[in-house]
Amino acid sequence: MTLMHKFLGATAALALSAGAALAEPALIFDLGGKFDKSFNEAAFNGATRWAEETGNSFRDIELQSEAQREQALRRFAESGANPIVMTGFAFGDALGQVASDYPDTDFVIIDMVVDAPNVRSVVFNEHEGSYLVGMLAAKASQSGTVGFIGGMDIPLIRKFACGYAQGVKAVNPDATVIANMTGTTPAAWNDPVKGSELTKAQISQGADVVYAAAGGTGVGVLQTAADEDILSIGVDSNQNHLHPGKVLTSMLKRVDNAVFDAMSDGPGMEKGFNVMGLANGGVGYAMDENNADLVSADMQAAVDAAADKIASGDLAVHDYTSDDSCPALSF
Amino acid sequence: MDFLTLIQLLDSTVRLATPLLLACLAGLFSERAGIFDIGLEGKMLAAAFFSAAIAALTGSVWIGLLAGITASMLFSLLHGLASITFRGNQLISGVAINFLAAGLTVLIAQDWFSQGGRTPSLMGGARFEPITLPFAEAFGSVPFIGPIYQELISGHSILVYLAFAMVPLTWWILFRTRFGLRLRAVGENPAAVDTAGVSVVGLRYAAVMICGVLCGIAGAYLSTALQAGFVKDMSAGRGFIALAALIFAKWRPWYALYATLLFGLFGALETRPDVIEALFGIKVQGALLGALPYVMTVIILAGFVGKAIPPRAGGEPYVKER
Repeated sequence: MTLMHKFLGATAALALSAGAALAEPALIFDLGGKFDKSFNEAAFNGATRWAEETGNSFRDIELQSEAQREQALRRFAESGANPIVMTGFAFGDALGQVASDYPDTDFVIIDMVVDAPNVRSVVFNEHEGSYLVGMLAAKASQSGTVGFIGGMDIPLIRKFACGYAQGVKAVNPDATVIANMTGTTPAAWNDPVKGSELTKAQISQGADVVYAAAGGTGVGVLQTAADEDILSIGVDSNQNHLHPGKVLTSMLKRVDNAVFDAMSDGPGMEKGFNVMGLANGGVGYAMDENNADLVSADMQAAVDAAADKIASGDLAVHDYTSDDSCPALSF
Repeated sequence: MDFLTLIQLLDSTVRLATPLLLACLAGLFSERAGIFDIGLEGKMLAAAFFSAAIAALTGSVWIGLLAGITASMLFSLLHGLASITFRGNQLISGVAINFLAAGLTVLIAQDWFSQGGRTPSLMGGARFEPITLPFAEAFGSVPFIGPIYQELISGHSILVYLAFAMVPLTWWILFRTRFGLRLRAVGENPAAVDTAGVSVVGLRYAAVMICGVLCGIAGAYLSTALQAGFVKDMSAGRGFIALAALIFAKWRPWYALYATLLFGLFGALETRPDVIEALFGIKVQGALLGALPYVMTVIILAGFVGKAIPPRAGGEPYVKER
């Protein structure tokens, strides 16, 4: 194991010593990889946008194994990269150990809270974005029954479901929301076969719009929805293109904005808790040419009006994780 | 619960049971010949990836299926080399295959397609489409039998029918042919087979390769028939449930069918909590149904419901000269 660590360390050192200039920002991708069409790719896009707009450059690394997390953090910190941005809750433990060793370096962690004076923790108000797509689902549904398929049954995913159900009920108080979770183990994130079966089960109960917040399982949900000719809603990044004309919209988590902001603020940025909600462009819903025919102008107007109200604080969407209960849906 | 819901539930059962059945029969061949195989999961996963990847690249699902079977057979060969030729520990070899498949598939997928360990979505001919059996439309209006034929029996992919046909075929091969007799003997008493002048090593390799073919079909069914593409770790423990089904079925083909259908039904019920609630009047956690196959296997193994006796020479490499 020690030998393995030495090898990994050496590889990381080789990979990182290639970079040069001081105080460049650095970006560390999680195991999903830079081009995962989702979370990590959104982070990469944000960094690229920053680089193009400012003419500066940034450094990045794709992790290949769990053991590299701390190594990569330390190497970047020691080579003077600042700030260091990392995507994904899985960095929580590693950063908790590393952050205090480099008090002059700023760290940004996305989707996780690490309590240290030099860390900015970015979290998203997923329930607000889910509320908006819930409204769209209720407006697009003919049957008055819509579905939700979550990945692993954890509070974060219930937060998605709860926001969604509230959005549905806001448009149609009589609507039925069928919510299913794929499982209770991490395997639930990558079980498209079960995602398919859940979708078919929801269709047989009358659902004609299904929202998937289930990682790789969602691929199966969107596929089955397209095969069975009902609408689906994607998550995290814009998934409308996966099945043009069949994906109603996608709940966007603007990881790219979070990364862009972090890099723009640069060293000496504001630390602490950073909530990305509707008010600061952290979440939203996706509109492009693939779903233009599915979302009518007045659907969009109604949703945008609600978005403005949520952003200004006139409309409060209940956050499941605040009290572990949901007014619109029982699990 | 109305009739239509029941049909839908059973339809879902058939879809979920098919990969289990194929993997279970695969394990049956291997274990009856005395080679324990906990690498079913890994072989399925490898086959799922290669069939989807090659189907995506060539546009033909049949070439994809062949590629999946080939990949699975290569892993079988590896298992055979480790546990038959080099007389290694069969369980460790199986575990190694599972890890190897989990890592390799994502690595190659990332290298070929750069989509975070996925293959592109399969379209048209790169996918197994459901088959409508003759007269399904016409029969549909006949009460009771009509919906059963139209919804439940018709409308599956060809691999489903293949899997169900494999059950009598497996029974016939194992219990009615000379090859089957020898194969079973090699799992019970390899020394006797050797004395009779039949190659133990050859028979065991044959069994392991058949296991590879069946696992290959199971994997291809996951990624090209049930789904339209590969997602990392998509076999999601089905290889292990198949293994549980094999023990539950006491290493017999027909029982394997019943066991996998039962486990498939649990899976289908898991997707319909509303049906369970309507039937029993209580809310049952989905996780409980997911755990049932394992619980039942433990009960069987503990000897509460009859005895499950594995092939006697199972797990032991055959050493000719003592």
